[in-house]
Amino acid sequence: MTTIQTATGPEQTMVLNMGPQHPSTHGVLRVLLELDGETIVKADVDIGYLHTGIEKTAEALTYSQAITITDRMDYLAPLSNNLAYCLAVEKLLGLEVPKRAQYIRVLLTELTRIGSHLVWLGTHAIDLGAMSVFLYCFREREELLKIFELVSGQRMMTSYFRIGGLALEPPVGWTDRVQKIVRTFPSCFDEYEELLTKNRIWIGRTQGVGMLSAEDAIAMGVSGPSLRGSGVDYDVRKYFPYSSYDEFDFQVPVRTEGDCYARYLCRVGEMRESLKIVRQALEKIPPEGPIKADAPGIVPPQREMMKTEMEALIYHFKIFTEGFAPPPGEVYQRIESPRGELACFIASDGSPKPYRMKIRAPSFVNLQALNKMVVGHLVADAIASIGTLDIVLGEIDR
Amino acid sequence: MTETPDLEQNPIIAKIRGWRPEAVAGMISFRGEVTANIYPEHLRALAEFMRDDADLAFTYLSDVTGVDRFPIEPRFELNYHMLSIPKRATFRLRVRLPGSEPVIDSVVSVWPTANWHEREIFDLLGIRFEGHPNLKRMLLPDDWEGYPLRKDYPVEGPR
Repeated sequence: MTTIQTATGPEQTMVLNMGPQHPSTHGVLRVLLELDGETIVKADVDIGYLHTGIEKTAEALTYSQAITITDRMDYLAPLSNNLAYCLAVEKLLGLEVPKRAQYIRVLLTELTRIGSHLVWLGTHAIDLGAMSVFLYCFREREELLKIFELVSGQRMMTSYFRIGGLALEPPVGWTDRVQKIVRTFPSCFDEYEELLTKNRIWIGRTQGVGMLSAEDAIAMGVSGPSLRGSGVDYDVRKYFPYSSYDEFDFQVPVRTEGDCYARYLCRVGEMRESLKIVRQALEKIPPEGPIKADAPGIVPPQREMMKTEMEALIYHFKIFTEGFAPPPGEVYQRIESPRGELACFIASDGSPKPYRMKIRAPSFVNLQALNKMVVGHLVADAIASIGTLDIVLGEIDR
Repeated sequence: MTETPDLEQNPIIAKIRGWRPEAVAGMISFRGEVTANIYPEHLRALAEFMRDDADLAFTYLSDVTGVDRFPIEPRFELNYHMLSIPKRATFRLRVRLPGSEPVIDSVVSVWPTANWHEREIFDLLGIRFEGHPNLKRMLLPDDWEGYPLRKDYPVEGPR
């Protein structure tokens, strides 16, 4: 607490505890707000309530086993986590993934981006008092989860991307389901925009709120739509293309205002662009072809081959008992997750287990900017600012 | 992982060498990623130079990662992953720190984003950052004993 000067003499500031259990914190987050009346003087963020030691756990698992725990970090975009991890291990191994698998990866991670942004839009809207958008967003997200279930067998903890390719051949007819989404979603996005973009309450709650300048955003390491809402066009898909993103034609929405409204427009624009990528991916994905790299000893062999070939059986046994050992060295692989620059750092010592696995979680870094965004604003604006950063606590605490 | 000829042509490395040749302990190129091993006492000055130099413009710090190489000495390794948005370039700085009393200059004054990264490393690896504005435990409770990401800390917890 600090002493401040008011019209009636010196007064003490008040400390208000927001969280850890609070509906607008999107997880378990505690923010200590120091208040002068209703104006925020300082926002101290307390995290760690969901810390499960995922990085430590990974050191005790083989490279293939560790994929499953990457799902559990950013639980709104498990496929993005899978991709960052698999690309890092593939880089370590120097492994090239077949084009067909790369396109399917692109398609599924873009659907993940839409799904994650839908959750963000729904919860952000409900925080600011617009109930119906939430229901619509979750209705559409359900369709996406059905596709993930169809392809991988799981709605959320997919673990569908594996080192060297994909876990399974996608089922027959799965592209029809994706086609349906490509057809129907644009009108859904129009519907949300009709409800919000020109809504006076929405504009009042978001415009000029949670201001973040481009300089501050870069200094604080903010990435993703939160950075692009401040006028910086940094998108990993364009800057450092991975998984054949350079073959796709899409725009990166950028706004210069730097407020919650700008970030809202960026994310809505991004959903439309993602759909554009999905449409192109559908055309690009060949109907047949390998989905796993030809790398004996790293990629498990086909079941049929194990019944006829002894080498296949030996490789299968070796992969699942002792794993495979990449060469010693360090790699840092960044991808554009729905929240920003998600990166996986792996240090290998030449053993079958990652010596050190570190995830650069975009939410973790973005949340640092909260103090900058809310100081001088009202408590209600803190809710809007937390919502607009689109944080996932599972990823922050790991 | 030895010095390869392509490193000699790397303009970023040439810049660092030209700035303070004695700061560089070695260079590594692995899978297209270039790393400069530097001596810890030069870190903050080099960080400032790389941020402010117009040809480098590493204004964005992506990540700081600590690695414990126990029982090798110097035991700890810090990797600074830098990004230059205007130049579309990435670079990694690496420093090594001894196992007894690992201390290094904080780079929060250069890149404010390092604040939480350094706190996390302090919390999980027990490396102290000189000049950090708020160096206290972050993910673990304040009264936690030990540093879980150290290699002599078992996965199941201290025994």
